[in-house]
Amino acid sequence: MCDCCNESNTKKQVIEVDPQYSPMEGTIVKTKIMTETEKFFEIKLEGGKELGHMPGQFVQFSLFGIGEAPISISSSPTKEDKSTFEVVVRKAGVFTSAMHKLEEDDKIGVRGPFGKPFPVDDLKGNDLIFVAGGLGLVPLRSLINFVIDKRRDFGSVDILLGCKAPKDRLFTDEAEGWNKLTDINHACTVDQSDPEWKGNVGVITTLIPGVDINVNRTYAVVVGPPIMYKFVISELLKKGMPEKQIILSLERRMKCGLGKCGHCQINDKYVCQDGPTFTYEELKGLEEAL
Amino acid sequence: MRYVYLEKSDLDKMIQHLKKEHRVVAPVAKENLFVFADVENAEEITLEYLPTILPPKKYFFPPKQVLGEFTMGETKMSSTTVEVEPTVIFAAHTCDIDGMECLHTVFRNDPVDPYYKKIEKEIAVIGYECMFPCDECATCVTMDTHVPKAGYDAMMTDAGDKFIIHINSKKGDALISNNPIFKEVESGTAKEEIKKLRAAKLKKFDVKLKASYSELPGIFADSYDSDVWEGVGKRCVSCGNCTAVCPTCYCFDMYDEVKLDISGGERKRVWDSCQLEEFAEVAGNENFREERSSRQRHRYYRKFDYPVKKYNKFFCTGCGRCTRACMAEISLVETVNDITKENKNV
Repeated sequence: MCDCCNESNTKKQVIEVDPQYSPMEGTIVKTKIMTETEKFFEIKLEGGKELGHMPGQFVQFSLFGIGEAPISISSSPTKEDKSTFEVVVRKAGVFTSAMHKLEEDDKIGVRGPFGKPFPVDDLKGNDLIFVAGGLGLVPLRSLINFVIDKRRDFGSVDILLGCKAPKDRLFTDEAEGWNKLTDINHACTVDQSDPEWKGNVGVITTLIPGVDINVNRTYAVVVGPPIMYKFVISELLKKGMPEKQIILSLERRMKCGLGKCGHCQINDKYVCQDGPTFTYEELKGLEEAL
Repeated sequence: MRYVYLEKSDLDKMIQHLKKEHRVVAPVAKENLFVFADVENAEEITLEYLPTILPPKKYFFPPKQVLGEFTMGETKMSSTTVEVEPTVIFAAHTCDIDGMECLHTVFRNDPVDPYYKKIEKEIAVIGYECMFPCDECATCVTMDTHVPKAGYDAMMTDAGDKFIIHINSKKGDALISNNPIFKEVESGTAKEEIKKLRAAKLKKFDVKLKASYSELPGIFADSYDSDVWEGVGKRCVSCGNCTAVCPTCYCFDMYDEVKLDISGGERKRVWDSCQLEEFAEVAGNENFREERSSRQRHRYYRKFDYPVKKYNKFFCTGCGRCTRACMAEISLVETVNDITKENKNV
C-alpha cells in the first residue's frame, strides 16, 4: 500500500481501541523444577484477581520482545488459594525456554482463560477414568483435583498415568497422595524402567484391561500425545465405551485465542474456541485432529 | 430507494466532491495489472479493470497492523490504538464487496475484533458494476457475486453517457448529495433502466464451473478423500500467493518488533498463510497439515465447506485471483471441476 501520494486533508485520527490483546500482569510466586525439561510455576494476577477458569482451559503467556505461547492451566479452580493458578511448562521452543529462566517475583503477561472446559456438568454422577500420558497430566490435574475437591458428586474414580521413564513423572508427591485416598484407584506405568523402579512397565494401554467399566455410566478423560490417543481410544472402544463419553484435549499452537488467526484450525473447528476439549464423537471423522 | 444520474463527464467532479472529506482509493493501472491506490482525480482511475492484485481487504485488515506498543520488562501494553481515516473505496467490483462481507462476518463475530471495528466504521464503499466478464479465471456467476446485492453504500452502473447510482445506506445518502452533479431520478425509472442493462449484461457472462451454487456444498462434503488434492499438492510450491491475494483469507501471525535500543517495541499481526509448511506445526514439530495436498485441500475447504457450516456463506467470491496469482498454474476452475466430475460419475 502506497501512502506517499495521499495528500488529502482528511482527518487521520489515532484512536484508542479495546485492549483485547494487552495481557494482564502476572507475578510468579513459586517455581519448581519438575524434570529435566519441565518447570512448575505458580502465578498471581495483579491485585490477587481470580483467573476465573474451569478445568481444561488455557492461557496465553506473554513476554514482550519474545511473543506469546498457549499453556494449559494445571490447577483446579477449587484450589484453596484462589488468588493464584498453576502451570507446568516444557522447554520446547524460544518462548518456553525464555519462560524457564523466570524465577519467583518475576513478571509475566497473561491473557485468558480461553477455550471450552472439560464438560464437568456431564461428568457429574458418573464413574470417571482419567488417562494421562506424559505432559497430558498437566491439564488433567486441574480436573482430577476438581473432582477430588467435589468428590461426592462423582462415582468411582480411576487414574491411569503413563510416561516414558520414572524420571519423567510429574507431580509425584500429589500422585503419592492419590494412592492414600481410599476412594480413588491410581495406577502408573512407565515405557522404560530404571533400576529403582518397582512399578508397572509397559505402555499405558496395558492398564486399561484392569479397570472395571460400567459403560452406561462412565466417562473417560484422556490427555496425552497424539500417538497415545489412537491406542487408548481403540482400547476404550473395545471395552464398549460410547464415543460421546470419551473426552480428549488437543494441543495446537494458537496465536490469538479468539477464533480468528486460523492457526489452531482442525477442519471446521477452532481448537481455541470449539476446544481444546472435545468428545471423541466430535473428532472421529476429522482427519487433521489426531 | 434513491437513485441519481451522474453524467460521465462529471466523474472528476464526483471524485473531488468525495475528496472534500474523504481519502479516496480506487483501481489504478500498474504496469499490465491493477491495484487499489489513493487517487487525486478521475483521470488516474481505470474503471474497466481486471480484479486488482490485492483485494480491498488491505484497507480493512492491513498486511501488518500494530496491536499495541510495549516497554521491555512490562507486562501490559503501553498503548493500544489504531489509525483511522474517513475513506471511500471507489469502484469496487461486486465480487470484492462480497469479500468484504465475508471479512465483516468473521471480524464482527464474537469476540469482535476491536481494530477492524474502528477501521470499518470509517470506510464507505461505492461499487462499480461489471458489465463485461473479466477473464477465464473468474467464477462469479456460479458464486452469485456478479450482480450487486448488498454490502455497499452506493453502486454505480454504466448506462452509456451516464452512470446510474443506487444509494443503499445512510452513509451513501450523505456522500451522494449536496452537489448539482447528482441528478435525482425517479426510482421506478432507474430500476427499469438497470433491469434492461442487466439483462443484456447477463447474456455476456458464461458459467465456468460444472457445479451449481447449491450443488457445491454437497460436492465438497463428498470430496475430502478425493485424489484431486494429491494432484494439486504435487504442483503446489507453498508460496502462499493464493492466500495473500484472496479477498476472504484472514489468517494472521503475531510477532514482536523490538526497537534497536531494545527499550520497547510493538506487538504486531501480519498476514499469514495456511499454505506455508509451519502454519499448523505445534511444539515438538508435530505438524497436522504436513503435506502440500492437505494444505491446499484446507484452503479449498475454507472457501467452500467450513464457512458454509459456520456462517452459512461461501468464502469464495469467484474473483479468480488465486488462479491468476498461482505460479504453478493451479486453477480453481479446474480443481473444482475435477472434483465435480468425480462426484457426478459416482
